[in-house]
Amino acid sequence: MSETKSIMIVGVGGQGTLLTSRILGGLALENGFDVKISEVHGMSQRGGSVVTYVRYGEKVAEPIVEEGQADVIIAFERLEALRYRHFLKKDGVLIANDWRIDPMPVIIGAAEYPDHILEDLEKEVTVYSIDATEEAKKLGNSKVSNLVVLGMAARHMDFSKEQWYSVIEHTVPPKTIDVNKAAFDAGYGA
Amino acid sequence: MGKKVMMLGNEAIARGAYEAGVRVSAAYPGTPSTEISEALVQYKDELYAEWSPNEKVAAEVAIGASMAGARAMACMKHVGLNVASDPLYTASYMGVTGGLVLVVADDPGLYSSQNEQDTRMVARAAHVPVLEPSDSGEAKEFMKLAFDYSEQFDRPFILRTTTRLAHSQSSVELQDRVERELIPYEKNIAKRVMMPAMAKARHGVIEEKMVELAEAANTLPVNRVEMRDTKIGVITSGIPYQYVREALPEASVLKLGMVHPLPAKLIADFAAQVEELYIVEELDPVIETQVRAMGIACKGKECFTLLGEYSANMLRERILGETVDAKTPAQVPNRPPILCPGCPHRSVFYILKKLGIHAAGDIGCYTLGAVAPLSVVDSTICMGASISSMHGIEKAAGREFKKNWVAVIGDSTFLHTGVNSLMNMVYNKATGTVIILDNSTTGMTGHQDHAATGWTLQKEPTNAVNLVRLCEALGVKHVQEINAFDLETLEREIKAANESDEIHVIITKTPCVLLDKRKKPVYVSLSDKCKKCGMCLKPGCPAISRQADGTVRIDDTMCTGCGLCEQLCKFQAIEKVGE
Repeated sequence: MSETKSIMIVGVGGQGTLLTSRILGGLALENGFDVKISEVHGMSQRGGSVVTYVRYGEKVAEPIVEEGQADVIIAFERLEALRYRHFLKKDGVLIANDWRIDPMPVIIGAAEYPDHILEDLEKEVTVYSIDATEEAKKLGNSKVSNLVVLGMAARHMDFSKEQWYSVIEHTVPPKTIDVNKAAFDAGYGA
Repeated sequence: MGKKVMMLGNEAIARGAYEAGVRVSAAYPGTPSTEISEALVQYKDELYAEWSPNEKVAAEVAIGASMAGARAMACMKHVGLNVASDPLYTASYMGVTGGLVLVVADDPGLYSSQNEQDTRMVARAAHVPVLEPSDSGEAKEFMKLAFDYSEQFDRPFILRTTTRLAHSQSSVELQDRVERELIPYEKNIAKRVMMPAMAKARHGVIEEKMVELAEAANTLPVNRVEMRDTKIGVITSGIPYQYVREALPEASVLKLGMVHPLPAKLIADFAAQVEELYIVEELDPVIETQVRAMGIACKGKECFTLLGEYSANMLRERILGETVDAKTPAQVPNRPPILCPGCPHRSVFYILKKLGIHAAGDIGCYTLGAVAPLSVVDSTICMGASISSMHGIEKAAGREFKKNWVAVIGDSTFLHTGVNSLMNMVYNKATGTVIILDNSTTGMTGHQDHAATGWTLQKEPTNAVNLVRLCEALGVKHVQEINAFDLETLEREIKAANESDEIHVIITKTPCVLLDKRKKPVYVSLSDKCKKCGMCLKPGCPAISRQADGTVRIDDTMCTGCGLCEQLCKFQAIEKVGE
């Protein structure tokens, strides 16, 4: 593969975008690719819209993904999926958590949360969605919803399930390996 | 070949310092520089790293360590360099003994800062050379070079990074640490006592040193010419180099690893070989202005921008005239950063809002008290400025006007530079209320210890500054601690403090919700009892939202069980579950 793959992980601060990007980056690195990951720390992380970028290939220059360039967008929340959809390539794939978190302008009544986001997006791009937060709650830890979505994304990427397991084991806190793998399975098999 | 690993730019800087044999590091946390110290401390058996109370102190610790013959460093964000600029300008005159490097992280795009200043401008003014890496691998290597050059040219060096570099990961090849003996101390007042007669002589010396370094920069390997097609030539550095490579893979590039002083001959030779010369640099036209001053024609800021980050798409558009093939962005509600669910600052701001009080704000998560629905914070300037600017408000507008004001400042920020401001209030007979939002940590930057937490960066137990006694020692007669979630006491005491004609310090002492990992019961809203009054929505908790029927819903994945909404509900419609 000579083409550089560009993946974006978008969501709300605190939903685990950092960890997800590190799993993806680790996987690409273990498979011998040059990898760059760009993260967001600091104030932007506090409940705001967050985006991390993972790019891998033979030789990667810039660490960010720009408009019209993402092969895959992994979205942990519906509104964030819509916010970044113009970053997708024409034949790009959107993997979305069918979950809603109201931003402050909506909470205080200054803006409205759009209806039918995923249905509308399906008319434009390839969308795979799952209620990952509910799936994660079933496993007793809503925080692993990111791994459910990642599991679903993994179905549309070129790495084996064993490779995913291996990098999950190396990346997540040791105590949470089992629940994270279970979450990954829930998304992978969905 | 060493082992290759993925590292953040900041982790790579720490690794580079470690491999270079750094012995002492001091820093104050500041995005995007914080992770350098956090990464460095893993090597604490072989070096010393500390959190200092502010960047001036940190820089002086590093200067002292260099004087003692060690390789030493201080790390800070761009605005931290302002605080440290006093020692910086004079350390520049003194030169170094052990290699001395200040790592300074700029924030183009203002991801987590109050301004977008360009450290290269400060460095030029202070006659301090600057290296700027463009990925993690270079970050590590340039850190080592910075120490080598610092000793070779007797200059303190700045390693400049930006948010995009600091918080991007790329692969780094690990090498071993080279231990360095202390350079034996020799008394030398002509070099180290910067009183006028000696400083006058040193000024001449450092001007010569900078000329010498600028000459050497023409051949130092840190600057690199990549000749490809000569139609377009680009002079660039740092992260923008990556955008140039992405957008213009055929263009010739002069990649500057040292952005101050500039290599005049190298630039002139490169310019002579290309048809069109572009200068691609984020923020100020530092390289461009100097290239123009050399009499070399180039294109720069007139094509690009002084603001924010660059991108490959921008270069494709502005240099090649290509348009980006992408859908137009959807119109969606913004999602600005907010105080976390369970944040103890929220209840304090709720009371201030209820009382119609203006807050002179400071730097930290609590800056978010400026936005709706809390809308309490009226100003945010720099670290420590809440207290002193409120003092100025009183001196200008009078006591009656200020009765409607308080200063809000975090515990770490108070210890950074707020203490002086409070001392000034007492000394100059001010009145008014200072609220120290004490969440027992440096919150915004990701929970770092400070002088009042009882722990050092190296995780050793130490003295914890007692904030109550500190304020009392400054001469404040009324100092009290209140739990941030005790709304009744808060309201009563803030009111009383603002009506009094003396200085009051109220310390709202409740740990950051993100530090408290215990599983707590959460709250639910009972739709049959909910009267849709919206009281619980007033503090702007992100876990609470109104449903289509007007009743509220509490998101159990976000609720932390702080109980603020339960206190506000007059109809017992919010109830604890899971206890």
